[in-house]
Amino acid sequence: MGRTLAEKIIARASGAADLRPGEIVTCRVDLALLLDSGGPRRIWPRLKELGVGPRDPDRIVLVTDHFVPAVDAESAAILKLTRDFAREYGIRRFYDMQGIGHVRLMEEGLVEPGMFACGGDSHSSNAGAFGAYMMGFGAIEMTGIVVTGEIWVPVPATVRVDWNGRFARGVTAKDVMLVLCRELGMDNAFRAIEYGGDTVAAMSIGERAVLCNMAAELGAETGLVEADAATLAALRAAGREPAPDALSWRSDPDAAYAERRAFDAAALAPQVAAPHSPANSGPVGDAAGERIDQAYIGSCMGAKLTDLRMVAEVLRGRRVAPGVRFLVAPASQQVWADAAADGTLAAITAAGATLLPTGCGACAALGAGVLAEGETCISSTNRNFKGRMGANSARVFLGSPYTVAASAVAGRIADPREFLQ
Amino acid sequence: MSVVRGGAWVFGDDVNTDVLAPGLYFKAPMEEMARHCLEAVDPRFAREVQPGDVVVAGARFGVGSAREQAAMALQHLGVGAVLAVSFGRIFYRNALNFGLPVLFFPAARDIAAGEALEVDAVAGRIASPATGREWSVNGIPPHLMEMVQAGGLMPYLKRRLAQPSAENR
Repeated sequence: MGRTLAEKIIARASGAADLRPGEIVTCRVDLALLLDSGGPRRIWPRLKELGVGPRDPDRIVLVTDHFVPAVDAESAAILKLTRDFAREYGIRRFYDMQGIGHVRLMEEGLVEPGMFACGGDSHSSNAGAFGAYMMGFGAIEMTGIVVTGEIWVPVPATVRVDWNGRFARGVTAKDVMLVLCRELGMDNAFRAIEYGGDTVAAMSIGERAVLCNMAAELGAETGLVEADAATLAALRAAGREPAPDALSWRSDPDAAYAERRAFDAAALAPQVAAPHSPANSGPVGDAAGERIDQAYIGSCMGAKLTDLRMVAEVLRGRRVAPGVRFLVAPASQQVWADAAADGTLAAITAAGATLLPTGCGACAALGAGVLAEGETCISSTNRNFKGRMGANSARVFLGSPYTVAASAVAGRIADPREFLQ
Repeated sequence: MSVVRGGAWVFGDDVNTDVLAPGLYFKAPMEEMARHCLEAVDPRFAREVQPGDVVVAGARFGVGSAREQAAMALQHLGVGAVLAVSFGRIFYRNALNFGLPVLFFPAARDIAAGEALEVDAVAGRIASPATGREWSVNGIPPHLMEMVQAGGLMPYLKRRLAQPSAENR
């Protein structure tokens, strides 16, 4: 019987010859992503208590993104501690205020096919876009990983999700994930989601990252896409020469999937998730007309260059509706520079949107753009739980960058297809 | 790990990490964060929960973020165990790594608010003495028993680091 990509990576990282879903194995960790949120701030005191340092500082990537830039004494202290940690232990891959960690890994070419990686954040599955198996953990387990270099994981059952056909205009990978949160549910622990089909094959790595990122919302161990020519091209663009065996990180033709699901991309309409769950989704028409106070473009999955270009496409020649705050926080400094160079940012600011610093920001009620009681927001982010972006009574709708931009112009939730004629 | 005895605090599905550990208090010390634990769904909880009380919930308890403060806040407030139909995977792992017993409990929806419960996480036994009901569930996973019995990952790591032969296997 053949093996799935997830099983192959777990087998390689654990050294076990034969594995079955449900078994528990211990894996060597190729790369550990630590963020300012649950990184040194929470791990360093524990290292001191244990009387040890990181086992292998060169396997650590450290990023400040949750509390940047500092807005008060508390965030300033957390960031200072993070910088001190990098200096103390000689962390070479320390990216300070340069972008959101999951996006920095992609830009630096730090994740590659077949890699087993761990991150101190639930959206670590983002790296699956490169054919890597990357999982999110709390800081307590990241402490163990930093100290021992290993972690126990269940061998997941793999769910294969195929999308075939071409998207209609105004439809994106985000709409795919809002459908999947509804169709697969959010209870997929002990399962890995493998995305495929010709729709996925035609996607850029950035779009594939949207699929893998929101595997977190599916509750899965992780999400991943088999390596192909686009994967290699993205690695080279990031300055990393792919390993000779990179393309071998694919599922076998006779792999045993726990479940197979197939969807028609051509029939897909833009989707919106209503408060307070990504699974509470439906066609944009169901939510159309909802008045909004704020539109937000941000986070590790909703503010990359492809996302900002979608926003600019809608905004060119239009203005943000009176009474609506349209906030745009590019996912990284590189995204910012690229979007400035190609005219994307000019189109966004000319329409009356406000640019915010790179970082996790309002997505998790940490930075600029949090919501007041009773306010309504539509957001390109991945999660809309109660209180997620600020006050408990605030309502957050999720949509694609197209849908968020169209809604900002209309002042109410709007179908982006009306703006993309 | 001793048997937990306490009253049930009953919640529905999808009690997520944003309501367990709200982002607005992310930078605050645990004392303050814990005061806001679950306030979006039950403002009484953080004020009135008693040491040993048991949180009982539906599907996907702790779904969402990797923030370990979600499990720490419950532990800080003295919660003795969490019983849920299912858990968010990172929450589940975090809780056990802090030595907070969490058990998959298919009958969670049959428990009434305030019902007195006894939970033996090691044996996988849940009892409601007043109603005479008793359930057998999967206990702490065998591969984690040693770590949980040690009190969580930190005491376990301390023990492991003190035995260099085990470390360099």
